[in-house]
Amino acid sequence: MSKIKEAFGKGKAFIPFVTAGDPDLDTTARLLVAMSESGADIIEIGIPFSDPIAEGVVIQEADLRALASGTTTDKIFDMVEKIRPQIKSALAVMTYMNPIFVYGTDRFMRRCSECGISAVIVPDTPFEEKQELEPYCSKHGVELVSLIAPTSHERIKTIAKESQGFVYCVSSMGVTGVRSEITTDIGEMVELVRSVSDTPCAVGFGISTPEQAKKMAAVSDGVIVGSAIMKLVAKYGKDCIEPVCEYVKEMKSAINF
Amino acid sequence: MSKGKFGIHGGQFVPETLMNVINEFEEAYNKYKNDPEFTAELDALMCEYAGRPSRLYYAEKMTKDLGGAKIYLKREDLNHTGSHKLNNCLGQCLLAKKMGKTRVIAETGAGQHGVATATVAALLGLECEIFMGKEDTIRQALNVYRMKLLGAKVNAVETGTMTLKDAVNEAMREWTCRVSDTHYVLGSVMGPHPFPTVVRDFQSVIGKEIKAQLMEKEGRLPDVVMACVGGGSNAMGAFYEFIGDESVRLIGCEAAGLGVDNPKNAATIANGTPGIFHGMKSYFCQNEYGQIAPVYSISAGLDYPGIGPEHANLSDTGRAEYVPVTDEEAVSAFEYLSRTEGIIPAIESSHAVAHCIKIAPALDRDKIIVVNLSGRGDKDVAAIARYRGEDIYE
Repeated sequence: MSKIKEAFGKGKAFIPFVTAGDPDLDTTARLLVAMSESGADIIEIGIPFSDPIAEGVVIQEADLRALASGTTTDKIFDMVEKIRPQIKSALAVMTYMNPIFVYGTDRFMRRCSECGISAVIVPDTPFEEKQELEPYCSKHGVELVSLIAPTSHERIKTIAKESQGFVYCVSSMGVTGVRSEITTDIGEMVELVRSVSDTPCAVGFGISTPEQAKKMAAVSDGVIVGSAIMKLVAKYGKDCIEPVCEYVKEMKSAINF
Repeated sequence: MSKGKFGIHGGQFVPETLMNVINEFEEAYNKYKNDPEFTAELDALMCEYAGRPSRLYYAEKMTKDLGGAKIYLKREDLNHTGSHKLNNCLGQCLLAKKMGKTRVIAETGAGQHGVATATVAALLGLECEIFMGKEDTIRQALNVYRMKLLGAKVNAVETGTMTLKDAVNEAMREWTCRVSDTHYVLGSVMGPHPFPTVVRDFQSVIGKEIKAQLMEKEGRLPDVVMACVGGGSNAMGAFYEFIGDESVRLIGCEAAGLGVDNPKNAATIANGTPGIFHGMKSYFCQNEYGQIAPVYSISAGLDYPGIGPEHANLSDTGRAEYVPVTDEEAVSAFEYLSRTEGIIPAIESSHAVAHCIKIAPALDRDKIIVVNLSGRGDKDVAAIARYRGEDIYE
């Protein structure tokens, strides 16, 4: 069984996201280990990109800080490889198509595999363009996560049929970031996926409070939180480990009530 | 299946949230592009509102002064709003209206595409919001006020390098927030399919006119067609009609800023490498990790780290040549054309004029060069004065 599938096998999955290298890679390394200990089922490691078009202001700024601190794709892989034995959570990488393509998609997926990264999430590469990634993912045993959005409608079944790892349900229109309310009928999106596939569904974009997480987890298999965590990282810098871990624990217990 | 490929370039690299609206746009385009009612409506606007066909002007003084090839200027600067940008905006906004959209958004660099979009939005009764890098709102303050005058809301983008690429980022983000009533009027032959094709088609009127007008004046094809290239819409519009005419040299002039060997440049074909960004596979100025470079040009309209995918392919196949032109060369050409022909060209178009000045003397007098004068330079006067050390304010 894949590490991702396994992660969904223990109740609702909590999936925190961190931008690697904000404020520096040493902090990210400590954060990964600590989040794993705090109950994160899967951790999404964001490889920063200069122009992250699917991100709201919080993660845009995190990406820029990470790049300014000298973070590169190679340094991130090296860091993950080194600390991988200390992490129980499954790992996924979230980044944009260009950093993967320019690094060399084959080489990128090989490094993922060597570093114990089970899946990749690429928000600017839709179903129609997955040939750009899929062959290299299969070659190196890395799962390619599919995204579905509130506008996907009839596309959901087509996408879900060929999904691997988990299906990333984008909760709302727009970019990542904390939202006070989520109005999309997530339950309906998840039902459409389940009608054609047994790939687990995790909901992301805009989730920050335990109440929201609980509500989303009730109709899906897991919850992804990024901006709320990166806000804490921005606020506490190198001292973010404790507040982030408290938050992870709180969210994890909220979804497995 | 990947769509909208030009050789290996192009495609549709956008968030899933946008796929249905992009597909809807493609369907609408395919439905209307040959629809007699739609084309008649567009042709009427192009003629009565934009002032087409634009003139093909024989630059006699310039020709004699340079002493080589015969030089014609395609006067897109005489188009309503002062540039070729209106051609595409009329087409896309009319389509948006047919699709039932009530709001348009657009990115802009120099402000020409923003002004053109705001203009057509006013004409067709569409709500309009423009995204412009904060740096560019300062460089092109007059155009910002122009857009506001036309009823558009202008958002100064303060992320990243605060120039054209950041304006595109922000317009795409805005589109993912609101697709149901909003069309994104992309201003160049770039972005995800079908934009490179749609924008090229709406701009291809330039090349068609050049061909017909030159046939009338000279009874033959030009030897060279040249244009400036940022994203590449005026160049693609001028080139497209001639791609099959292999005797016609096609030359795109890129912004080399302080020089191709200086980091402060925006010459994508000269310095770029293959990448996937802003919805397309093409060439981009970037580092070894695929981080997009903070490019530079005196021209806000060419200050972009990528190039349209069809240009990337024309470069790959060798059908078109792409040459770098520096700030200094462009400014000199700006001044030269003003003095020689009494035509003040946009600083963008001045890049093409500069390369023409370079190559015309070496060509025989029976050769014909057509330079696409994509826009007029009124908007640039204050910035050029400052470049030359004269402190005037708009």
